[in-house]
Amino acid sequence: MFRYLPLVLKNSWRNKRRTVLTVVSIGISMCLLGVMIAMFHAFYLSNPSPEQALRLVTRNRVSFTVFIPLSYRDQIEHVPGVRAVTVANWFGGVYKDDRDPKNNFARYAVEPEKLFRIFAEYRMPEDQQKAFQRDRTACVVGRDLANQFHFQVGDRINVTGSIFPGDYEFTIRGIFDSPRNTEIMYFNTEYMEQSLPEARRGNVIMYYILIDDPSHSARIAKAIDAIFANSTAQTKTETAHAFGVAFLALLGNIKMFLIGISAAVMFTVLLVSANTMAMSARERVREVGILKTLGFTPGSILGMILGEATAISIAGGTIGYLISTLLLRLVVKSPFGGYMPPMPIFQVPVALACIFTAAAIGVMSSLVPAMGASRIPIVDALRSTD
Amino acid sequence: MSIPFAYNLRNLVVRKTTTIMTALGIALTVAVLLAILALVNGLRSTLSISADPLHVLVLRKGSDSELVSVFLRSQFQDLKFKPGIAVGRDGQPLASMEVVTIMILDGADDSSSSNLTVRGLPAAGIEMRRNVHLVRGRWFREGQREVAVGKSIADRFDSAQIGKKVHFGRGDWEIVGVFDASGGAQSSEVWGDLFQVSSDLQRVDAVSSGLVTATDPVAAQALVASLNDDQRLGVKAMLEKDYYDQQTSSAKPIESVGLIVAIIMAIGSSFAAMNTMYAAVARRAREIGTLRVLGFSKGSILSSFMLEAALLSAFGGVLGCLLAMPLNGVATSIGNSTFSETAFAFHVTPQIMLTGVIFAVVLGSVGGLFPARMASRKQILTALREG
Repeated sequence: MFRYLPLVLKNSWRNKRRTVLTVVSIGISMCLLGVMIAMFHAFYLSNPSPEQALRLVTRNRVSFTVFIPLSYRDQIEHVPGVRAVTVANWFGGVYKDDRDPKNNFARYAVEPEKLFRIFAEYRMPEDQQKAFQRDRTACVVGRDLANQFHFQVGDRINVTGSIFPGDYEFTIRGIFDSPRNTEIMYFNTEYMEQSLPEARRGNVIMYYILIDDPSHSARIAKAIDAIFANSTAQTKTETAHAFGVAFLALLGNIKMFLIGISAAVMFTVLLVSANTMAMSARERVREVGILKTLGFTPGSILGMILGEATAISIAGGTIGYLISTLLLRLVVKSPFGGYMPPMPIFQVPVALACIFTAAAIGVMSSLVPAMGASRIPIVDALRSTD
Repeated sequence: MSIPFAYNLRNLVVRKTTTIMTALGIALTVAVLLAILALVNGLRSTLSISADPLHVLVLRKGSDSELVSVFLRSQFQDLKFKPGIAVGRDGQPLASMEVVTIMILDGADDSSSSNLTVRGLPAAGIEMRRNVHLVRGRWFREGQREVAVGKSIADRFDSAQIGKKVHFGRGDWEIVGVFDASGGAQSSEVWGDLFQVSSDLQRVDAVSSGLVTATDPVAAQALVASLNDDQRLGVKAMLEKDYYDQQTSSAKPIESVGLIVAIIMAIGSSFAAMNTMYAAVARRAREIGTLRVLGFSKGSILSSFMLEAALLSAFGGVLGCLLAMPLNGVATSIGNSTFSETAFAFHVTPQIMLTGVIFAVVLGSVGGLFPARMASRKQILTALREG
């Protein structure tokens, strides 16, 4: 079969402009598909990163907009398999002007001495971690956030509370790095607690929990929820990965969105490729007749045309995949990237899925013209004038 | 003189396979764009119906949503007697003090359960909402653990029918009625008696928000200004319309992602259209030569091929509209800024369809530009000899 490979390649290059246009067109469409596949893979098929697999999130069963008591922390800490628990209060609040979306970065009130233990992937110098624990009004910011606002260690940030009322002034004591988007700020929950009026203290939005072994996550989550099953504030505990997916699902039906767009893209690619192959097969009817007189069997002609289409669409698919890695980098670095499961830029299963899809589309798109060419009687083919 | 329009039309018909395939490719691109626009438009119209131009919403200073706001009973006593507030049937000012929370309604399985907004409100609150009316059953009675549910909820969940019980706060609540908000977001809410709900949440004195009806739009504006200036009251007042406009921002991420996708697909489709038009030019080299011999100018050849590309893509645009049409009225829901769901329907309007067709024509014309230029620049003699 590979005997005909040079001929197939030569044929696909005979109308250079058409081939280039087709490859570019397929490539651009396939780059979308590549991103969709990568996201689908990360959301629904992939395993969470080792650090993330060790993290659980506990929140109110109703919604994370309803509080759970601070007293739950001690009870959670005593569940077998739990290594550390920190309060993680989504602070909300207003920094400068909240009409500028840039100013709405994530702000969490946490327990400084536990944060870097539970988020093992965060890297920050030892002395900065110490300073963060020592100073009650300290905060730490992610590298991305620091770059965006040109924050430096020692700077002060003023935030007005919304969910937790009050005016707060924080001092930046550290800047941390993480493989994911880090437009995040963390500060000491003690500072917030003590600034609140008496009646509003002791409320927690969620707890981050570090467990001993990923395989215990289901058991530990069940055990935690069982403790509070008969209280007024029932809890829901899930892995950080599942929590992230659930959070994004609030934006809409992500699965339907991904599948719908992927289907539209695939069908478009199919049409583009089919159109090109139909055009090129039509031009070559007489040539096919000559090949047949030379002794090429209908089977080999079928194979040659299918091969040509596949070569073109694989080229498009490969280019598309390469562009998709660039797009994916943008997605990961976007503000939403922080909520998404980690998405490595190069992934073998995603690349294979992308190129295989392109090849399959190539074969499908050329089936009709290829069958036509392989079946046409020699005399009719030779007689045809284009 | 320009080449007759029928020439382009016939050419498209003669090469019908290529025409249909290219047009379908464009149609899919347009359909994706239309789906996104219809989604955002549906949400927008639902939210704009929800708002009454005479309503002024009062939250705690610094709060953006009812859910995080705290509004005190004492503030309400002051608010009620501000000038410019309309008077209700019972002679009392049309002012309502409301408490908002969230409940979880379990669907058939765990993944289909849904977060809903629960609102506790007095009788005046129902009277004020002119777009809301009861469709089945009756309203909840004061002092009873009873609720009425919005129509979107009753339509979606078997567990939210009259006579059944829902669970939130400290116990079960009986559903006694279903109300409709004529397409507004209130149809996605659960309503109960203010006192019952707020005492269940232990928030009798610190509820979520206040809502008043102004006598007229001018009075509404004046009320907003005077409430915001009132240092002693310490509240944030806004027109209900502005509040709901703000909520539309929850569709922003989907809108921007969708637009990016549509634009990338459009670039791909315009290359495909370019391919088709190059083939059309190549196959008709001799025809182009003949036209030139007959005295048609370079300009008219250029515009003729551009027209053909535009025609092809307009056809694709119309096909795309047809593909997107069935989406109209399909119900969906989206998380709002209070992290509960607002149900709404895709809304495909003529305006959106026009946008789709224009979008198609633009991408087709971009694709047709270079082939048309090539056609117009052909030398007459070589063109006649070709093919």
